[in-house]
Amino acid sequence: MSGSEFVPLSLTPLLIGVFAAVACALPGNFLLLRRQALIGDAISHVVLPGIVVAFLLTGVIAAGPMMFGAAGAAVVAVVLIELIRRLGRIEPGAAMGVVFTTMFAGGVLLLEQTDTSSVHLDVEHALYGNLESLIWLDATGWASLVDPVALSYLPPELSRMALTLLGVLVFVTLFWRPLKISTFDEGFARTLGIRTNMLGLALVITAAIAAVAAFDAVGSIIVIAMFICPPAAARMMSNRLEGQVGWSVVFAVVSAVMGYVLAGYGPLWLGASDAVSAAGMIATVSGVLLAVAARFGPCRLRSGAPAGV
Amino acid sequence: MLFDALLLQLGYNATLVAIGATLLGVSAGITGTFLFLRKRALVSDAVSHATLPGVGIAFLVMVALGGDGRNLAGLLLGSAVSAGIGLWCLNWLTRNTRLAEDAAIGAVLSVFFGFGIVILTVIQTLGVGRQAGLEGFLLGSTAGMLWNDALVIAGGGAAALLLIVLMRRPMTMVAFDPEYAAARGISVSRIDMAMMGLVMAVTVVGLKIVGLILIVALLIIPAVTARFWTERSDLVVLLAGVAGGVAAYVGAALSASAPNLPTGPIIVLVSFALFALSLLFAPNRGVLAAVLRHIRFQRQVHLRQGLLAVAQEQLIYEPLTLRLLRRHGLLRADGVPTEKGRARAAKALRDEHRWALVRSDQSHEAAAAMYDGLRDIETVLTADQIREIDTLIGGPKEVSA
Repeated sequence: MSGSEFVPLSLTPLLIGVFAAVACALPGNFLLLRRQALIGDAISHVVLPGIVVAFLLTGVIAAGPMMFGAAGAAVVAVVLIELIRRLGRIEPGAAMGVVFTTMFAGGVLLLEQTDTSSVHLDVEHALYGNLESLIWLDATGWASLVDPVALSYLPPELSRMALTLLGVLVFVTLFWRPLKISTFDEGFARTLGIRTNMLGLALVITAAIAAVAAFDAVGSIIVIAMFICPPAAARMMSNRLEGQVGWSVVFAVVSAVMGYVLAGYGPLWLGASDAVSAAGMIATVSGVLLAVAARFGPCRLRSGAPAGV
Repeated sequence: MLFDALLLQLGYNATLVAIGATLLGVSAGITGTFLFLRKRALVSDAVSHATLPGVGIAFLVMVALGGDGRNLAGLLLGSAVSAGIGLWCLNWLTRNTRLAEDAAIGAVLSVFFGFGIVILTVIQTLGVGRQAGLEGFLLGSTAGMLWNDALVIAGGGAAALLLIVLMRRPMTMVAFDPEYAAARGISVSRIDMAMMGLVMAVTVVGLKIVGLILIVALLIIPAVTARFWTERSDLVVLLAGVAGGVAAYVGAALSASAPNLPTGPIIVLVSFALFALSLLFAPNRGVLAAVLRHIRFQRQVHLRQGLLAVAQEQLIYEPLTLRLLRRHGLLRADGVPTEKGRARAAKALRDEHRWALVRSDQSHEAAAAMYDGLRDIETVLTADQIREIDTLIGGPKEVSA
């Protein structure tokens, strides 16, 4: 394929997909090890009411207020889950289930009650995202990458996602040691003077920011899949945290690229004429990777011993 | 309008939806209870999301065979198959790999849902034209519900209920104490499988009314709600069924009474309202009960300490203690104890001495363990025992000048 076709139509969605996948997979590693893997699931459900409320308050579909609303909803959900868990002495899974389904139902209801027919805001969009539509029409070929005029027309999601990824990277690198220690041995971390509660909260907030940014660009289904599948597959590949994080990034990138390519071109190879959902395909590919890792990964067993020993 | 809806006076479709929803609510509430007691509530999330690819594939298969593609029974069969595969993957991942259950739930949920969306987009691009109903499975759509759909829902719900009645004892045992159940010769994995099968059935049946994202709420929220009201598992099951049924019925009626009120979300919100009421007002486990208990305890402690202070002629500065003593007529406004106050104070001090003796005596070990600074000694020891202790304390002694 030539650059004049690839750069405007596929480069930006591909990059956004990769950035989103990696930004979600990085905190996902720690959430997985801390048995909080379903936080991503809960956050991606409660984002909907946040976005709808932001739209109702401001009356515009703009990235700023929507991300603010989504982040607010995520915080409300985390607080509510904790509150119900403590006040009602209910196990965390059930508390989570109560909160996110209710908030999602509230979001759907608000959406139906308000007249959003004139704007592009619907449940399906929130779930699938619209990765395919994030094209860069002003590019003419590879040369556009150094052309400042064309660059200024890059879809804003790209820079936002890149910034988010940078933020996640900074967080993980800065807090690598405390995160690692508190993930594996919270008691020991506390004796070292690490404020594990604050660190746990910071991790959840980082995950929420990554989720909300990715959600805006690629829909909630990728968010859940990328929080869990690449880290889970990486867990089968290595017994060391460094190895696991490295593998998870590899898996995330591979899922994003392969998923996008399969969704965009797979049907064409099979003789069909239209592409299928890229978000769904990326999630599917990550699931296939997980299945392969779960079947053949060297560290897939619970004891952590290499298979066959 | 709402009363008409509650009394099933809003026409054929609304009545059908209300009855179907109520049946669904009852069976979801009851099934969900066992899931909740087994601490696997979120497994239902994975199961419900895993139905999506089945719906799509069933549609494609039925169209390929020249059928309508929207036959509810066919779609539900497809969704049951794919939910079953999802469940199998979930079990395989937790049993054969090092992944914890929550990670496996998330993985199954997202991958199956993503794959389902791929299939939905395939259906869209095929241009079959009549696929409009499939999106309805995400959030439920009751508008076009037919008599046959209601029959499918009623039949599925009734079958699930019957199975639960038959298996309630082993399921309860497994939920509370799997090791004991295994020791009694019950196959825990088989019961777990049956439990999940029931969840799957309820999920599949509920797809039409509340949709696959919100059916989780019907499985979890009534069970959590019921748990607030009682400590007995059979009552929790019954109450969860009632809570689910009421929420579904009221929700369906509400959504029929005004435009733009989608049935599924309204049912979930009504269900949550019941939950919130229970969280706040349930006896014993509710927040209000806990607050009242705390206040009562605080008052007892302050009153007791105040009386002891009065008996030992110490000055009291603490405002709450002062207020309590005055309100009970034990202390006058100027801080001088009343006659009654003096008597109660003397009794409190004497009880304290009695307790001190009881606690220093090995033979009263069991009674001494009940000491918490508040308990009346008469509730622990018999009158004879107290008299015996009093002889040890002795009467008033001469005070040297």
